[in-house]
Amino acid sequence: MSNILVFIETSPSGELRNTVAPLLGVAATLGHPICVVSASPERRESIAQQLSQSGAGHVVFASTDQTTASLVEPHVQALTTAVQNFAPAAVLIANSVDGRDVAGRLAVRVGMNLIIDAVELRLQDGAVVAAHSIFGGAYLVESTVHDGIPIVTVRQGVGEPLEATEGATVDVVEVTAANYVDVVIGEVAEKTVEQDRPELRSASTVVSGGRGLGSKENFALVETLADLLDGAVGASRAAVDAGYAPQNTQVGQTGVTVAPDLYIAVGISGAIQHRAGMQAAKTIVAINSDEHAPIFDIADFGVVGDAFEIVPQLVAEIGARSTRVP
Amino acid sequence: MKIVALIKQVPDTYGERKLSATGVIVRGAKESVIDEISERALEIALSHKDKDKSTQVVALSMGPESVTEALRKALSLGADSAVHVCDDQLVGADLVTTARVLAAALKKEGFDLIVTGNQSSDGQGGTLPAMLAEHLSLPAATALDSLEINGTTLRAQRSTDYASATVHTTLPAVVSVTERAPEARFPNFRGIMSAKRKPLSALSLDDLDIDLGSDRSGGRSVVLTSTQRPARTAGIKITDEGQAAAQLAEFLSAGRLI
Repeated sequence: MSNILVFIETSPSGELRNTVAPLLGVAATLGHPICVVSASPERRESIAQQLSQSGAGHVVFASTDQTTASLVEPHVQALTTAVQNFAPAAVLIANSVDGRDVAGRLAVRVGMNLIIDAVELRLQDGAVVAAHSIFGGAYLVESTVHDGIPIVTVRQGVGEPLEATEGATVDVVEVTAANYVDVVIGEVAEKTVEQDRPELRSASTVVSGGRGLGSKENFALVETLADLLDGAVGASRAAVDAGYAPQNTQVGQTGVTVAPDLYIAVGISGAIQHRAGMQAAKTIVAINSDEHAPIFDIADFGVVGDAFEIVPQLVAEIGARSTRVP
Repeated sequence: MKIVALIKQVPDTYGERKLSATGVIVRGAKESVIDEISERALEIALSHKDKDKSTQVVALSMGPESVTEALRKALSLGADSAVHVCDDQLVGADLVTTARVLAAALKKEGFDLIVTGNQSSDGQGGTLPAMLAEHLSLPAATALDSLEINGTTLRAQRSTDYASATVHTTLPAVVSVTERAPEARFPNFRGIMSAKRKPLSALSLDDLDIDLGSDRSGGRSVVLTSTQRPARTAGIKITDEGQAAAQLAEFLSAGRLI
């Protein structure tokens, strides 16, 4: 079985990011996953343990005390060493802000090619073939790298987590400072994560609110409905710009792309940029007071009316019908 | 100070976007526009020029003939000159090739700062700024919501999937900006008129001494298939007269969605 390198993202305090477990799952469908991570030496044991919990059997740990002196350099060096040592069939990296930087530098440094934003990966005659969802799901494209080994950025939320292992072997490698002037990290403020709600990218139900809700207070309507359905909360760019919802809830061309079983758009007109982020949903429901809102063109069930009347009634109706065991 | 803003011409996200069977964007010049994120990158350069008149702003783009329109617009917004990397061999160029060619063009042009958007609205690759930085042995301060240049020091607010951080580095550097960066200005009449007289030069692969056939050691990324999904159509649409919530709950229940 071929080796598949998996780039592991961790927080400054050494916790695995939520991209790690699903990415490991994707790697295991292609070959033997080898995790590549860089962090300060005292985090080694804890990270190796967390990785074994996530199903890793083999970890390459790059020890660095330069964690704030560089954005990505230790990661790129660790991956470069691992590419040389393990002759992988692919390098998998989460399609995150830092992941894209790592992938870009690594591709140039080791002379490998890139596959971007894969939503599915498979082996075909020994080569890694990726599926991509382009223009917000309007096109399905398959790509591969000819005569080379790909570095693949994988869309966040793709992949099923693995069972824990009994422990992972850890190889330790050393990294050095960059041979260019680097970017130094100053104060870091972690974004708050909604602990009680499913992750937006992988949730099976998403309830999103738009500008039509009129205020941050009214946005609670969307949250109530989302919680009732065990769904994630999303927002249109207009709602985010107006300050009704945090930026990491933005669904659309420039935000998160979602493809849930059920997408409920409340007070969202459905500008084409918003649709690009959600039109791959299996079922779309829209509630909007403007009967000409473009969201109705793609909604499986559209309600023209006042969200402030309809959503509370819907919450009551669902509550009355709910057969779900609490 | 010389700032090069990278400009990408893309299909307008307000219009219908099409891919060919080989995964190449079908370009109709009419619906092609400067990517909004490129305009924000240019705005960073222009607002620095507002403060320091000695700043020289160059708009640089790679793409087919139609890209001259995008570069003329950049000139009308206030860029001093424009460079168009254009060569038939670059049709369908992958990221590795694009980065290699743009890095060569940037070296030839010279710069103190390179500003790009964080991710284009069509390809959404988001790896190019780091790739250019690696080619040019420069720092890459990516995904910046705001930035401040003081002499050769750059301080910025960077936003990732998980955190927001202050970062700093020294010029020369590559930076990429997010859609939180300020919106672009509008061209005025004077800008449009003067744009016609500003230099817009073209560079071919020969001019850059690049032979695409000579180095393919990393392989080529290729599109195998490209299929258009059937367009979504409107389903049931009702107007609320007090009963809509119940009907909607019934619809969701029938589809086992609640």
